[in-house]
Formats: sequence, structure tokens, C-alpha cells
Amino acid sequence: MKEQQKKPEAKRYLGVIIAGTAFLIFILALPAYREKSLSMMVYQAKTMLLVIPPIFVLLGLLDVWVPREKMIKFMGKGSRIKGSVLAFLLGSFAAGPLYGAFPVAAVLMKKGASFFNILIFIGAWSTTKIPMLLFEMSALGNRFALSRLAIDIVGIVLIAWAMASALGKEEIDSIYKNAESME
Amino acid sequence: METILLYLAAGIGLGISFFKDINKTKMALKKALKAFEGILPQFLVVLILVAISLSVLDTATISRFLGTKSGVLGVLAASLVGAITLIPGFIAFPAAAALLQNGAGATQIAAFVSSLMMVGVVTLPMEIKHFGKRATFMRNSFAFVFSLIAALFVGWVVGL
Repeated sequence: MKEQQKKPEAKRYLGVIIAGTAFLIFILALPAYREKSLSMMVYQAKTMLLVIPPIFVLLGLLDVWVPREKMIKFMGKGSRIKGSVLAFLLGSFAAGPLYGAFPVAAVLMKKGASFFNILIFIGAWSTTKIPMLLFEMSALGNRFALSRLAIDIVGIVLIAWAMASALGKEEIDSIYKNAESME
Repeated sequence: METILLYLAAGIGLGISFFKDINKTKMALKKALKAFEGILPQFLVVLILVAISLSVLDTATISRFLGTKSGVLGVLAASLVGAITLIPGFIAFPAAAALLQNGAGATQIAAFVSSLMMVGVVTLPMEIKHFGKRATFMRNSFAFVFSLIAALFVGWVVGL
């Protein structure tokens, strides 16, 4: 999992302190909402704390066990469907927010992954992460989560294809050159 | 039910990992804990904001803005909010579920969730640094349009 920038504790929790103070003022000033907001908070906290621990354990395990290096080797140009499936899996088994995917994409480009596969990887990272899917199923229901997964897989491929065709060879080359120059 | 599934998956994963390599398992747990602590501040802020807003907004108000009858405008508004905000899924899903239970429509919520994940307005500078302006704008515009299509599809399936 992508580590967050280490800021001093007090600064990181500044938002919490502000929101907490606002909440205190809110329930003291408007007693009419007190009961509803408190029960809402307890309910939300319970749901989240019940579901979050196994997700983080899964994310931690994926991070440690998925052999990135080996997968990357099979994602080069001319790798066809196998490379794309691997790119998809690599993105789906990743951990962390979308902006964590960009540096990894740069590494993939340096190792020769095709642009189409890079885009598949970014798309998968953004929407089809597996622990997240389990969580989405429990929070929003199976129908919601699974239908979104199905349409998103179509979308990831469509967007990758559209972009790989719309951006000319020159532009793609310059993106790769840019990736080379990054540390 | 799905929660049990999650615990089962995590338990089995941990078990296998433990037998294969104790050190790696320890590392995984350490990473899990660190990641959790990393999102804790954001988690608490969202918790408080959801508690305040859902106590003030009653079901009628939520369904007026995000309900099934809010139509195209509701879907557009939801996906715009999703595009601009930057919230991890495990924080967004429970909030989305609460909205859903309190009168929001499935299409609107799907629009929010989809664009939240695929479109990143806040992270545009980071993306441009890696992919250049044209590719970045192209990807985000495609993703935004697609999240609307995905929302319609999910709304349709949920309503079946």
C-alpha cells in the first residue's frame, strides 16, 4: 500500500479536530438533531469498523505476495490478450488510490509494456480492485457491485482502445520518453 | 453475509500466507495496520460529516436532489461531485449506502461511485506529469462520460 506522506500527527488530525469541534457545537446548539446524528454516527462507525479490518488484511497480503516483476515481463508489445489480462490483474490486485498507479505505470512503460496494456492497468487500478469489490457488495448490494464491475470491464477496454487509437504514435512515444526520464 | 465472506477470505489468505512465510505475513499485517492508520483521519472526518448531514437532511430532501425522480440533473450532479472529490472506496461505500437507504436513487449513487473512482480532478497535475496534458484530459473526459453510461446500466440492473 502506498504510504502516505508523513506529516506531524497534529497536522494530520487537524481536520478531525475541526470536524469534531463543529460536531460538538452542532449537537449542543441544535438538540433536535442530537439523537439522530449520534445514532447515525454509531451506526456508520459500527458498519465501517466491522468491514474494514479484513479488507486491509487482504490488501496487505496482496501487496506482499503478488509478484509484480514476473507479471510485468509478460506485458510487452505483441503480448496480445495474455498481456492485457495480466495488466488487468496487476491493476485489480493493487492497493491504494488512483494516483498511486501513475508511478507504477511509469515503471511499466520503462519495462516495455504496451500503451494499451498501460491503459488497461490504470483502468483496472481505478475501478476493479478485488477487496474493494467485496466491500462494495456488502455496502451497496450484490446487484449494484457486480453490474458495475461488468460494465466497468467493458469501459476499461473501450477507453484503452479509444485512447491508444486517438493518440498518435508520436504522442505515445513522447509519453514513453517522459517515463524514461523519470527517476 | 458478504461480511462473513470477507472475513473468510482474509482468514484463509492469512492462513496460507502464514504457512508459506511467517515474515512476509508479519509484513503484510504491518502494512495493513499502517494503511489503516493512514486513512483514519479522513475516515473520522467523513464519519462526522455524514452524521451531521444525514441528521439534517431528511429522506425527502435527499430524494429530491439524488432520488430516482431527480433524473438527469441528479445523475450529473452526483457524477460531478464524484469527479471532484477524492475519497477512498472503503469510506465512500458506507456513505453511499447510507444515502441509498435514505432516499437516493441507485443510478445517481452509481454515477457518484463510478466517477469517484475513474475521474480524478484533484489528481490531474500528477497524471499530467506522467501522461502529458492531452492524454490526461482525454482519459478523464472518456472516464467521465463512461461513468454516466455505467450509472445508467447499474441503475437499470438494480431496478430489474
